[in-house]
Amino acid sequence: MTDTGLFRKETRDWLEANCPETMRHPYRNEADACWGGRNCKFQSEDQKNWLKRMVARGWTVPTWPVKYGGAGLNREQAKILKEELNRIKARPPLESFGISMLGPPLLKFGTEELRQQHLPPIARGEIRWAQGYSEPNAGSDLASLQMRADDKGDHFIVNGSKVWTSYGDLGDWMFCLVRTDFAAKKHEGISFVMFDMATEGVSTRPIKLISGKSPFTETFLDNVRVEKNQVIGKINEGWTIAKYLLTHEREMIGGSGASRAGGLPVSKVAADVLGTENGILSDTVLRTDIARFEMDECCLALTMERARDEVKAGVSLGATASMFKYYGTELNKRRYELLMSIKGQDALDWEGGSNHDGFLPKSWLRSKANSIEGGTSEIQLNIVAKHLLGLPG
Amino acid sequence: MMTLVLNEEQLMLRDSARDFLKGRAPVSHLRGLRDNASEEGFSRELWSEMVEMGWPAILVPEQYGGLDYGFTGMGIILEECGRTLTPSPLLCTSMMGAAAIVKAGSDTQRESILPGITSGERLLALACDESPRHEPHKVNTEAKEIDANYRISGRKSAIVDGHIADTFIVSAKTGNDLSLFLVPANASGVTVEPYQVLDTHYAANVSFDQIEVGKQALLGPLNSGIRTLDYILDVGRVGVSAELLGIALEAFERTIQYLKERKQFGVPIGSFQALQHRAAHLFAELEMCKSLVIKALRTLDEQADGDAELVSLTKSKLAETAHLATTEAIQMHGGIGMTDEFDIGFFLKRCRILESLYGDHYYHLDRFARQRGY
Repeated sequence: MTDTGLFRKETRDWLEANCPETMRHPYRNEADACWGGRNCKFQSEDQKNWLKRMVARGWTVPTWPVKYGGAGLNREQAKILKEELNRIKARPPLESFGISMLGPPLLKFGTEELRQQHLPPIARGEIRWAQGYSEPNAGSDLASLQMRADDKGDHFIVNGSKVWTSYGDLGDWMFCLVRTDFAAKKHEGISFVMFDMATEGVSTRPIKLISGKSPFTETFLDNVRVEKNQVIGKINEGWTIAKYLLTHEREMIGGSGASRAGGLPVSKVAADVLGTENGILSDTVLRTDIARFEMDECCLALTMERARDEVKAGVSLGATASMFKYYGTELNKRRYELLMSIKGQDALDWEGGSNHDGFLPKSWLRSKANSIEGGTSEIQLNIVAKHLLGLPG
Repeated sequence: MMTLVLNEEQLMLRDSARDFLKGRAPVSHLRGLRDNASEEGFSRELWSEMVEMGWPAILVPEQYGGLDYGFTGMGIILEECGRTLTPSPLLCTSMMGAAAIVKAGSDTQRESILPGITSGERLLALACDESPRHEPHKVNTEAKEIDANYRISGRKSAIVDGHIADTFIVSAKTGNDLSLFLVPANASGVTVEPYQVLDTHYAANVSFDQIEVGKQALLGPLNSGIRTLDYILDVGRVGVSAELLGIALEAFERTIQYLKERKQFGVPIGSFQALQHRAAHLFAELEMCKSLVIKALRTLDEQADGDAELVSLTKSKLAETAHLATTEAIQMHGGIGMTDEFDIGFFLKRCRILESLYGDHYYHLDRFARQRGY
């Protein structure tokens, strides 16, 4: 057996033995997702064990080095692991902005000390991170942010407010963009800092959304002390790190269009709900849109695969994160529009009823944010036009 | 493991094909054929140069004098032909014809035809469609077994390269099933009616009036024609998709260049967001198309039975995206795009032919869904 064949077999055997049966189904509601953190409340023993076992294996962050809590897998192995997890429809053991957003810039730009301090607790799901990027007057124009950090020698005193902090009320630590030079051009006076959200002066207020949920907060900083050793990269050069993190955030958000997050194929849902006649979906008009959607879903997955191959071959175009973010989020919105249409009246239940307390309509509403958060679709198209097509202005 | 990037050797092939075509057969070559009322719609001289480059030999096994270089190599060349809109028998003879004979031909057929494909002397055409829209499994042409022979009667339409082929691959009903036959164009009872299509290429309608062929004319086993036909068509669809990719990319790149040069209101029109966003969207769709074409080519090389779902996905998406790219090219060029003097209109016309050839995006959307079981 080849090395990869052996790895696949070992992985499959281990997952069969260690992934609890109840963890082999798509999420049915938000509580099914495990986010870890200081105040983590597990929904079940299975959820707890699944995380514990994956952590011990280094598989919450399979490609990170072992010394930071990862498994040091190469790209090939990581791909196999992902395929094997998908094969048994395993839920992610841990959802984490620490993994998907902070990890990559910390690995690339962080000092060894900062990596040692922050990466292992992220890998173990012990510290939950929140993102301090947008401000009330800095949305699409992120670099115009105004949160003020005053230099006090070995630390900063920070004042101002952030908005659209995902699960800000549940975050343990925050990575945050602050202005450290008010005289410089807007991109040049920004620093990337991290602080414990339990620090005095930090408070949050939930924002109620159209889905009825409050996954986002406003976050207020009132004379908050932030240590200077908690800056990634150089002071006033945080924009580079901010952008690097954004490419990962965009890949993560865009990737949601390529994976069904453990859910069933749209055409399968449609066949179950609407039925088929002679092997053809009963609603032939809807069928057309479903087929078109599933084709684009394949296109995105294949193009992500090609992008990985290009990186490997050293011929990457670069700067494609914006394209993937645009394509993936528009696709994900289409997915929920189709699911809403397929389920008809049943998709409109909000509370009670037999449809998981409106999980589908709430997810549909949530999906509308995909093409806004992490930079709107229009901003992504601007970036593609400017950086990949070289169009002026 | 399958990789979705070209290797060094394939990149060299692409570069040499691009250099050759840009030098010898740019869009002005096609324009010249049209303006000089070429009777065949392609240049025999250029074809012999392609033969010297070894292009028709790419899919032919070495024992028949070929290069055995695979579909990916052929696709690379067709993509470049799309960029320059260069007419040639590459698709019908060197790709579909060669693949058909290699896949389904008897030893005798291979020996008698493949060396001629390599040398560029033999030209083949697939005669399958009978109705305006592509419905390859709906066949009225009939082949009746009479003594040791088959007697074929019927009429086939819109045969690409039908006006120059020396041999037709003909689908015909044999009882309740379909079979394929190799029919010489000069057989008694064959009538070829050539005509010009909107991109100045030629095609032909062909009637078969009780023509007689021997058993050795059967391509593949009797009554299993659908499977072979689907394979030949799928090969053709991937080839057409590669050509469409070249057309779309070239039209897109020319348009982006124009957006940077053309000034209105004192600024390049490419600085307007209304155009930038459409261009950026098209860029994303074209990136999807690149992945599909290389995946489909590699799959033809690696999976003997092919992958109908992937082929239909590829042809459908390429048809739609190349359509978008060429129609956007016209709109973004504005008035000048409507003039015959400017080349961009040639891309629109060629694209319109290829997007419907062997099934348009409606046809392949339906086939994709069927393959997926809905």
